[in-house]
Parts: sequence; structure tokens; C-alpha cells
Amino acid sequence: MNRLAYNKLVDRFFKLAALAATIVGLVFLFTLVWDIAHDGAGRISWSFLTSFPSRRPERAGILSALVGTIWIMGLTAVFAFPIGVGAGVYLEEYTKKKNLITRLIEINIANLAGVPSIIYGLLGLGIFVRALSLERSLLTGALTLTLLILPIIIISTREALKAVPFSIREASYALGATRWQTTYRQVLPVALPGILTGTILALSRAIGETAPLITIGALTYIAFLPESVFDPFTVLPIQIFNWVSRPQKGFAVNAAAAIIVLLVLTLILNSIAIYLRHRFQRRIRW
Amino acid sequence: MVDNDIVFQISNINAWYGEKHVLKDISMRIKQRKVTALIGPSGCGKSTFLRCLNRMNDFIHNFRLEGRILYKAQDLYSPETDPIEVRRTIGMVFQRPNPFPKSIYNNIAYGLQIFGIKDRAKLDAIVEDSLRKAALWDEVKDNLGQNGLALSGGQQQRLCIARAIAVNPEVILFDEPCSALDPVATAKIEDLIMELKNEYTVVIVTHNMQQAARVSDYTGFFMLGDLVEFDDTKKIFTTPANKLTEDYITGRFG
Ligand SMILES: Nc1ncnc2c1ncn2[C@@H]1O[C@H](COP(=O)(O)OP(=O)(O)O)[C@@H](O)[C@H]1O
Ligand SMILES: [Mg+2]
Repeated sequence: MNRLAYNKLVDRFFKLAALAATIVGLVFLFTLVWDIAHDGAGRISWSFLTSFPSRRPERAGILSALVGTIWIMGLTAVFAFPIGVGAGVYLEEYTKKKNLITRLIEINIANLAGVPSIIYGLLGLGIFVRALSLERSLLTGALTLTLLILPIIIISTREALKAVPFSIREASYALGATRWQTTYRQVLPVALPGILTGTILALSRAIGETAPLITIGALTYIAFLPESVFDPFTVLPIQIFNWVSRPQKGFAVNAAAAIIVLLVLTLILNSIAIYLRHRFQRRIRW
Repeated sequence: MVDNDIVFQISNINAWYGEKHVLKDISMRIKQRKVTALIGPSGCGKSTFLRCLNRMNDFIHNFRLEGRILYKAQDLYSPETDPIEVRRTIGMVFQRPNPFPKSIYNNIAYGLQIFGIKDRAKLDAIVEDSLRKAALWDEVKDNLGQNGLALSGGQQQRLCIARAIAVNPEVILFDEPCSALDPVATAKIEDLIMELKNEYTVVIVTHNMQQAARVSDYTGFFMLGDLVEFDDTKKIFTTPANKLTEDYITGRFG
């Protein structure tokens, strides 16, 4: 066999291998989604969404978990967005001189993004539950998840700022603008869609987190709605985890239905991110 | 002995990027309401020199400057000098047109808004006036809400000139403003520059010698960080004193 024919063969082999890998991945994904939809879709109803958990599976619902998840997401966004964007702006726009300290901070942030989420749960337990005595409240949960997604927001903010051409900043400075005016009026608006995309993707990661919330002691059975940020809470993944571990068939169905709700929420968040990215790419061309 | 005609008195400046010595002992006097052109092969330090005049090099962290630049009686690099103030008074137009990704109107209004001008009627008036001075008004007056980036390259560059004019500077620095433009757009900008010297002091970097000869009153020839010769444009282009200048303007190198 000559060299050319051999190269072609190798080429074709890798093409097939890649295709096979893709198909295997998709098949697993579809099986999973189909299986869950098959088990749970029939269970979803208005009363399922608006009932509290119960010992009897057919009367149980996800109201407290759904409301808890929405609270936690909202609070986490409120805390994480300004801090993450602020830190990203500081690192990208204000510390142009790369010295040892900024390098160290950068390496740390990159590593923090890869730390297992349960470690953040332990951190939250130590700081918010114990040291600050915030108990197992919404505030504790949101602050813990804030720590978890901060590195992701900081990194995506910096990427979005890096993508803004330096010529925009020069144009602003040359008119006598300060660094803050340049950042706030020119650079941030251009980077905003990218920053929002990163933030939303980070939130959609946080929405599925269970381990850190269980670590800080979030409850699995809550039959009331939180009235303030100091109240205890539960979230969808914890509710699902709880139901899955029950022996009754009815709870398995409930779990599948709750998973569908969680998937839909995640899908909505991701669609918003994709929409923003799309608009961003269409609108601005240099 | 402050001569009222002199706006920049540059005395023995040296500049470095890190270890790289890019401006070598340069002295020059730049006159008010004249066009001063800086020519020379690329990489000889023209842009660096130009950006010293409005402290745009402050943003390059390994940049270092020695020597003194007086703007009128003010030392541009003394600690009491506010670089914001300097850039406000000494505007700049860049090599590649760089409008903000905003409407034409907001491109121009921005420079005024950051100094607290909010009055809509006043903004409208300055926007129109600046666009007229930049010879762009007739082309865009019906479409001020259009994104500046949607204009052609030549229009974008005139928008950048209008933006610079709007904040009422005394000096406008141009760094090869036509190098990204076609000949027709270039001719428009050149006409504009000759208009501008009635009101502003203009310093323009160009690698196009015909352009320097056409638009400027004085010309400085740079090479490898040295200011080889600085004189009346007419003199530089007819009877240069230095052999290197002569070789360059007759196209023997560069
Ligand atoms: N930011 C920078 N960092 C390091 N070297 C630079 C920087 N900018 C320019 N230089 C170098 O300084 C020299 C002069 O550059 P420049 O002033 O841009 O020349 P010109 O405008 O005449 O082409 C060149 O050798 C260039 O490579
Ligand atoms: Mg240059």
C-alpha cells in the first residue's frame, strides 16, 4: 500500500471514529432525556408545581423547591454579578502592570474555578453558617453559590473586556476621558453581552448544584415558603435527590417530573445566553 | 523668552520602550496655527514622538521619557500637570478610524458629556458645528442616529476628526490619518487639514511625502529615532541640508 492510500485510510478511520463518538454521546443523552420524559412528563401539572412536599407521592409537589431555587438564583445573581464584574474590571483595566501579586491573583482565580463544589460548601459552612451565624438560610445558600461562581464570572468578564479593541479606549482617552469614564461609558457597554452570557452560564451551573447546599445544611423537607432571606430553604436538586432515594415508585415519578422542570429552567437560562451572544455578534463589527 | 508663536517647545527628549531607545535627543519647536508634518521610514519613532505631545504614551507601561516638553509655558510632564487636561487641549486622530460603536451623534456628544455638558440644545449645536467643520454634515445630517461604524472608512475618519474638534482643542495631532483610505477620501482629509490650520495647530505624521509637501508648512524628517532635519516644508523638499533627507525625499530608500 503506498503512502497516499495509507494517509487516506487513516483519515477516513478518524472521521468514522469521531462520528461514532458523537453518536454514542447523543444516544446516551437522548436515552436519558427520553427516559425522564417518559417517566415524569405525565406527572407535571399545576398542582405539582403549586403543592408542598408530602409523605404521599401523589399529593407531593415542588412549590417550596421551585420557589427556593428562584430565590437562590436571584440572590446569587445579585451578589455575584457586581462583585465578579468589579473584580474582572479591576484586573483587566486597572492593573495593567503585571506584577507578582496580580499574577498570583490570576493563577488563584483560574484554579478556584476548578475546585470541587463541595469544598465551597465547607467554606460556606465555616464562614456563613458558623462564623457569621447566618444559619442554614437563603442568604447562606446564595453567598455560598456566589463564591462558587465568582471565578467563572471574573474570568468571563475579563475575556469579554479583552475582546474590546484597544483603539476604543485610546479614542476615549484622547478626548480627555478618565479611566473610569472610558471603562464605564465605552468599554463595559461593548463587553456587556459577553459578560452577561458568562454570568448566565455560571448561574445555570449553580442552579444544578446540590453538594454545597447539602453541606451547609439546606433542608430536604420544607412545607412553607421563605419570607425573608434569613429563612431556611430547599432547592430543586435537593428535592430530586430526596425523592430519588425513596423506595416508593411514586416518588421516582415525582423526581423525574422535577428533573424536567429543572432542565427547562436551565434551558431557558442557556437560551438567553445564546440569544445575547447572537445579538452581540450581529451588531458589532470592527 | 517665550515666543507667542511657539506652542510646543521640545527640548532634548529621549524615549525608551523597555531597553529599546526609540527617540534620541530630539529638540523641536512647533508653531501655532501651522501644519507641521513628520516624515520618515516606518519604525523611526514618528508615532512615539507624536504621542509624547499629548501623553498618550502614558498607557504603555514599559515606556519611559526624559527631557522636557513645554506646551506654551506648561511643562507637560511635570507632576502638577493633569494628563486629562492635556489630552483635552491636545486632541488626536488615529491611523485607523476608530469611531465608538454608537450613533454618529453620540460619537461626538460623548466628549462633551464627560465634561458635564448635558443641555440638549447646546449638544445639538456643537454636534452640527463639528460635523460641518469636518466636512461631513451634508452626508450624515439626515441620519445622525446611524451607527458610526456603518460609515465608509473616509467618513469614519472625518467623524473622528469631528469628534476631536467638538471638545474644542487647541492642537490636533494626526497619526497617518489617511493610510487606511482610498485616494478620494485622502484628498478630502487633506483639504480638511489645510482648513483646520486657520483655527488649530496641526501636527501630522505621514509616510506619504506628497502629502507632507501639500499640506504642511514645516516638515521634520525622522530616521532611526533621530530628528535628521527640521525646516520649512519648501526648503526640505527643494534644498534639504542633509544628504539623508535628500535621499529619502527623492525615494532612494524608505
Ligand atoms: N508599545 C511598544 N512597545 C515596544 N516597542 C514599541 C512600541 N511601540 C513602538 N515600538 C517600537 O518603537 C519604534 C518606533 O515606533 P513608532 O513610533 O511606532 O514608529 P513610526 O510611527 O515611525 O512607524 C519601532 O521600532 C517600534 O517597533
Ligand atoms: Mg506610526
